[in-house]
Amino acid sequence: MILVILIAVLFAGGFLVWGVGRRSPLGARWISLLLLSFNLAVTAVFWVQNHDRTSFFGGAWLADISWDWIPSLGIRFHLALDGFSLPLVALTFLLGIMAVVCSWNEIRERVGFFHFNLLFVLAGVTGVFVALDLFLFYFFWEVMLVPMYFLIGIWGHERRNYAAMKFFIFTQAASLFLLIAILALYFINGRYSGLYTFEYFSLLQTPVAGPTAMLLMLGFFISFAVKLPMVPFHTWLPDAHTEAPTAGSVILAGLLLKTGGYGIIRFVIPLFPEAAKEFAPVAFALAVVGIIYGAVIAFSQTDLKRLVAYTSISHLGFVLMGAFAWNEMALQGSLMQMLCHGISTGALFMLAGSLQERIHTRDTSRMGGLWSVMPRMGGVAMLFVMASLGLPGLGNFIGEFLVLMGVFQTSPVTSILGTAGLIFATIYSLAIIQRAFHGENSGRWHPGDLTVREMSILGVMIVVIIWLGLYPQPVFGTVLPALQQLIASTAG
Amino acid sequence: MTDQIPAEYALVLAAILFALGLAGVLVRRNILFILISLEIMLNAAGLALIAAGARWGEPDGQIMFLLVLATAGAEVSVGLALVLQLYKQFRTLDIDAASRMKG
Amino acid sequence: MLDTLWIVPALPLAGFVFLALAGGRIPRTVIAFIATATVGISALLAIAIGVTFLGLLPQEASYRQVLWQWVSVAGFEPAIGFHLDALSLVMMFVVTFVAFWIHLYSTEFMIEDEAYGRFFAYMNLFVASMLILVLADNLLLLYLGWEGVGACSYLLIGFWYHDSANGRAAQKAFIVTRVGDTAMAIALFLLFVNFGTLDIQAILQQASESIQSGSLIAVAVTALLLGGAVGKSAQLPLQTWLPDAMAGPTPVSALIHAATMVTAGVYLIARTHTLYSLAPQVMAAVAGVGALTLFIAGTAALVQRDIKRVLAYSTISQIGYMFLALGVGAWGAAMFHFMTHAFFKALLFLAAGAVINALHHEHDIFKMGGVRHKLPLVFWTFLIGSASLAGFPLVTAGFYSKDLILWQAWSSGQGQAWLWAIGVATAFLTAIYIFRVVFIVFFGKERTHVEKLPRRPMTVPLVVLAFFSIVSGFVEIPPALGGRHLFSSFMSSALPSAAVEESHTTELIFSLIASLLALAGIYLAHLFFRTRREHAEPDAGKRLTRFLFGGWGFDWLYDRIFVRPFVWIARVNRNDYIDSIYGGIAALSRGLNTVFSSTETGRVRLYAAGIACGSIILVAIALLL
Repeated sequence: MILVILIAVLFAGGFLVWGVGRRSPLGARWISLLLLSFNLAVTAVFWVQNHDRTSFFGGAWLADISWDWIPSLGIRFHLALDGFSLPLVALTFLLGIMAVVCSWNEIRERVGFFHFNLLFVLAGVTGVFVALDLFLFYFFWEVMLVPMYFLIGIWGHERRNYAAMKFFIFTQAASLFLLIAILALYFINGRYSGLYTFEYFSLLQTPVAGPTAMLLMLGFFISFAVKLPMVPFHTWLPDAHTEAPTAGSVILAGLLLKTGGYGIIRFVIPLFPEAAKEFAPVAFALAVVGIIYGAVIAFSQTDLKRLVAYTSISHLGFVLMGAFAWNEMALQGSLMQMLCHGISTGALFMLAGSLQERIHTRDTSRMGGLWSVMPRMGGVAMLFVMASLGLPGLGNFIGEFLVLMGVFQTSPVTSILGTAGLIFATIYSLAIIQRAFHGENSGRWHPGDLTVREMSILGVMIVVIIWLGLYPQPVFGTVLPALQQLIASTAG
Repeated sequence: MTDQIPAEYALVLAAILFALGLAGVLVRRNILFILISLEIMLNAAGLALIAAGARWGEPDGQIMFLLVLATAGAEVSVGLALVLQLYKQFRTLDIDAASRMKG
Repeated sequence: MLDTLWIVPALPLAGFVFLALAGGRIPRTVIAFIATATVGISALLAIAIGVTFLGLLPQEASYRQVLWQWVSVAGFEPAIGFHLDALSLVMMFVVTFVAFWIHLYSTEFMIEDEAYGRFFAYMNLFVASMLILVLADNLLLLYLGWEGVGACSYLLIGFWYHDSANGRAAQKAFIVTRVGDTAMAIALFLLFVNFGTLDIQAILQQASESIQSGSLIAVAVTALLLGGAVGKSAQLPLQTWLPDAMAGPTPVSALIHAATMVTAGVYLIARTHTLYSLAPQVMAAVAGVGALTLFIAGTAALVQRDIKRVLAYSTISQIGYMFLALGVGAWGAAMFHFMTHAFFKALLFLAAGAVINALHHEHDIFKMGGVRHKLPLVFWTFLIGSASLAGFPLVTAGFYSKDLILWQAWSSGQGQAWLWAIGVATAFLTAIYIFRVVFIVFFGKERTHVEKLPRRPMTVPLVVLAFFSIVSGFVEIPPALGGRHLFSSFMSSALPSAAVEESHTTELIFSLIASLLALAGIYLAHLFFRTRREHAEPDAGKRLTRFLFGGWGFDWLYDRIFVRPFVWIARVNRNDYIDSIYGGIAALSRGLNTVFSSTETGRVRLYAAGIACGSIILVAIALLL
């Protein structure tokens, strides 16, 4: 029931803020903030209550709800939450709050509609993380897409139309592969078992093999790989991230990319284990290419948001690598990397956004010496830059290290090349600090430092990232039963 | 039955009429002539239907021709109304003047 | 007493957290007090723990404290836990002790800096990270400290960030050491895959039981760990960052880039010595790296003009000695030299800092001169440090530690004549380059007016460190000179001692050679840089001088084979060529759109013609087929 509430609150809240926003923009902001805080609180309480529960009616599911939706086609409204989804759902609400906070001053026009879109994207993301009926999953998958298009297209920067269109075409084209693959799987399973259903657990039993399995696997994979994004399908991302408003960038980088990683781990590999194993070398190669390619390009960017966008490509390469290694260590690492990347990159986008708000440029060649005028922002930026280069003691390190160590057990060469990627991560990360905060303040900027509102949300992010770096065990403990179930499902 | 005209002759005549009509539609710029050419094509088709009906001794051909006549009548009335409108808008009967829909 | 071990790193860490949160709002005296007191109490605690530990020693050679389970995933279970034995005790003592005096010195040295709080926050964080590094009971936690000190080093080199050259030096230091760290990370993966744990003692235990000497795994792991060590300790081929790191404030150079962090590589190798003894090839490589580095850096130090760069090259060179010792299996000798070096090199940097501070931040030794009259205390302490570095016979600590290394480079099982020869030759160079500085800076005419005299917080650390630069050598005296083995017998509980079976007379002869060369070096320096001072300035026109000045051209080489190609590739692909594929698809569809829309003329007759032609073609196809 909790799952329905979480999603319904967001959908209903979306219409509510739209209505309220016409009269009072401030009211819309506060309502969004309250609704998301409510959701986060509910999730947190649920997590604390269930942190040591390892099984739920036999499986690893902590919450489960299943209603008939369109029975004649075998479509059910099936939501379920396990330890693997739970941290991601919590991340969704946390970053949602962050998005509301950082759009507080930035968004001045059509505030109600903005928050409507924001809440709808979040509802879609939440749905994606908990849907267990593939039709429903596809429904939520598309729900994320359209509001995001509006967020970029209406409130974005200079080239917003181009970016929004590119984002839409890329993801929509990729979703088509997903749809075809889902339908094909539906019919194959129906013909085999006589029962036409979109139910995840039934489809897991589908006997597909050989070239069919490979094709279907690729159908799912391409769709998720575009979202992830994997080189060479990544080029929508820099444009979308750069042109989106800050809140949009935070949600894109922090959450939408994670749905790709989630999809690979939840669907691609469990549904087609043999095909995935066969495909793994290719995925490893693409992951390594992505890690290094993204990092090298990030270094040469002069647009701060674009730079951070390319670092996402590099970081998500680790997630891809870990997913295809398919052992407990690598998967735990992948999940941790997703969480920490969401937080650290979200924070970096927020910093880039608030910098742009203050000095009206994202061009790093015009920045420099900002530390002396905004020491608080400098310090926070330093911390998240260190997180992004994988400094131990911060969460990202745990993620990357576990992924690399897990991958090392299946493919040492991949792991070694990925580790080399850390050198490039150092180069671009330090470049951010060097270009924006060190040096002489040649632009004679006098922006105000971070406000209390910004500091409070960034403070939460800092605490979380340090907590994940020094005591990640509670998360691992929650995830473990779910991962064991996933791994077991592919073993047979 | 030797005094009967062979069906082939009638069909060839219909084809020639149709081709003439088509050529008229294609080469004429005056919309009135285009309408007339369309009529010729319709009648060519009607002739073909009648000839075919006579050949098989079936009434279907004549029935179809009646249908064609009715359609043609409707078409002419709409067509003439369009001609009037066209003339009102462009002060000419040249069909190429009305090419605002080009891509 | 031992269970308070965790407080030793926790105190500086708490100091960091407090200063980071409140540093901008509290008065300087409070900042100075908190920073110094946290490190000071840590040092006292370290001494108390050391004393307790010594009392337990023969029975219990190590103590372990686990704070909490850090990660537990798929059998990988590193904890936040500390391991205390003789090796980590020495490191802990030296780190806290030297750090305390340097903190005290900094309270005065940095007094005019606007970012006083930030400086001490970083310094405290550094001390905490370094303590975690030396106390860690597993390699992952060691890696945390390892990267932590690297990050602090980056922050402190770039402390004066207004000059972007400082920022670049900081970046260089971090990136170059990160190259080594990458190798080290891979070593950790290999170790885990082979041993199923990263617990240091467990690995060493299993390795000594199950691994063949010279086997592939031992060689691979130790070679990769060596990669990490040469990065952090600025040895060949990753030594280029250290001279540039002198861009940081002088106390930073003293603490991080002389006494503690740069010796982390030595500690790492000593810590995993069991693995190294299973890989003789890599041991030889360690010795070779050390020997080459100490010689190259020693020659480069001869021609530098910047007083801190002389000391930086000297540090590289002295750590080379430690690597040489490690490479020949003289683990204890390496740690002994680490300890004495920490004292005298920190002293040299602090004294140099006092001179620099007194002369308007002048770094060029040829613009200094005659400082001895105005700063007598600084002069005497610098002289003691220099004597110790040069290995002035019998009375200095550096003599005993360096002598031990040279002797074992010759006599131990893996020792070789050429290693000894390089070591001794460089000892001679060492005496020349450091007394070159002494004579040029402190003697002769006054060139720059002395303005600020150091006050008590700066002079007390100098005196204390000078005292230790002399007496810390007396804990280990070769048998030929009386024989005392306090240090080596203490270390033997953690590190095996190198077996030496030569006669005392031979050892005495070797000591004599080293002493004579050191004295000869000092005399030569006197000759060249005191009496013929006007010709002393290095001639930048000479190719050899330029070559040595640039540290044998490594920077030049790396710039061409790594930096420039990387920047070039990044620049060229700035707009992401992959995007042009999609751009191409978009352009293609837009082109097709123009082509097709041009057929849409709006002329009814053309459409009719199209329909007619189409139908004819279709009918024709139907008839023909």
